[in-house]
Amino acid sequence: MDHEIVQLLLNAYIDDELDAENSLEIETHLKSCAICSQHHRVLLALKQAAKLPALVYAVPPGLESRLRASTRRANRPKSFLPQLQWRWIAPAALVTILLLLILVVFGRSWFQPSQNALLAQEVQSAHVRSLMANHLTDVTSTDQHTVKPWFDGKLDYSPPVINLASDGFPLIGGRLDYIDNRPVAALIYQRNKHYINVFVWPAGNNTSLALNASTINGYNLIHWSQGGMTFWAVSDVSPQDLQTFVHLLQQNLQ
Amino acid sequence: MPEDREFVSRFEQDVLPHLGAAFNLARWILGNEQDAEDMVQEAYLRAYKYFAGYQGGSSRSWLLAIVRNACYTWLQQNKAQLQADDLDEELYSGEGDMLDPEVILQLSNQKDLVHRAIELIPTEFRELIILREMEGLSYKEIALVTSLPIGTVMSRLARGRQYLKDNLLRLGEEDHSHGS
Repeated sequence: MDHEIVQLLLNAYIDDELDAENSLEIETHLKSCAICSQHHRVLLALKQAAKLPALVYAVPPGLESRLRASTRRANRPKSFLPQLQWRWIAPAALVTILLLLILVVFGRSWFQPSQNALLAQEVQSAHVRSLMANHLTDVTSTDQHTVKPWFDGKLDYSPPVINLASDGFPLIGGRLDYIDNRPVAALIYQRNKHYINVFVWPAGNNTSLALNASTINGYNLIHWSQGGMTFWAVSDVSPQDLQTFVHLLQQNLQ
Repeated sequence: MPEDREFVSRFEQDVLPHLGAAFNLARWILGNEQDAEDMVQEAYLRAYKYFAGYQGGSSRSWLLAIVRNACYTWLQQNKAQLQADDLDEELYSGEGDMLDPEVILQLSNQKDLVHRAIELIPTEFRELIILREMEGLSYKEIALVTSLPIGTVMSRLARGRQYLKDNLLRLGEEDHSHGS
């Protein structure tokens, strides 16, 4: 066996990750090769070094209880808001909440939701959120063969993933998001310094390649369906750029 | 609400046992306690959001993948550059032919030396040492956590160990010459 290969496989060998056949070959080789045998002992010593218990950082006191509290906060039902949290809220926050309530009450009469308009709003919100909280990607890779399988086991469908780097829209990665009460795939692309989120989920057998374009708060959205999936692309790039991007995506998906 | 309490309770039971592993990984990737705490907090909430869609399998790998990705995203957005990932797949060059394992064994017992040596390993190789040696994950689990192919897991781990050896030797020499 080639020494370089042996010395690479020795890593898997000392980790008990080598199958029986290869293990046997390695063992046989080690018996007659002083160099690889020495390398083996060096690797064992390195393993021992890295396993020193004192190298493991302890969880800081209080972190666990803070984490427990954080999900209970996230879980608290919103209907209790006016009563339960009243005494915790400082006057300034109180005024803000009053204003928000007034806005909601009067806003209902102005707002005439349709299914698509509601979805568009959700998509736009999800896009902005992804830009805000350091949560643009869950898996960061320009390789569609890394991003696509990442969704396995996280969704009950497999999203189509394509890198359009050669056309000026490189794939940045993927993210699990929530739209319309279901987990969905978000694919993130970049155009110069702007990001494009493409949300995709299964939606029956309609194919409507016609682009349904809208604008919310300055963000451009395009929505279409293709190959049993529904797509929403959202970004602050220009409407023309977004349209170009969507056309490229449509072509490559056919 | 009882369903919510049950949901939270199930989530905590599945996830909190791995808090130690999560924090240790984040701390070694990010380099300081405050950032690690922040990342673990964020990853925990993200895991909570995804928990309804969690389809079983190792909850430790599942949580560590979320933590690890959160750390890397944060690093990309907050540090000038991540260590360049040249996909350093070169095989071990065997330059340690004449290296006496005893030398490494001596150094391997000095906790502060080893600590510094690991700190100096580039991030994407260091994290494999952490996952393999400190947290005891199998190659398959590491592949899940890092989204790397198993072959890459092995070659990066080999490279990480090479870095560890070089750093130990270099720091050991520096210490020795300062001490005398």
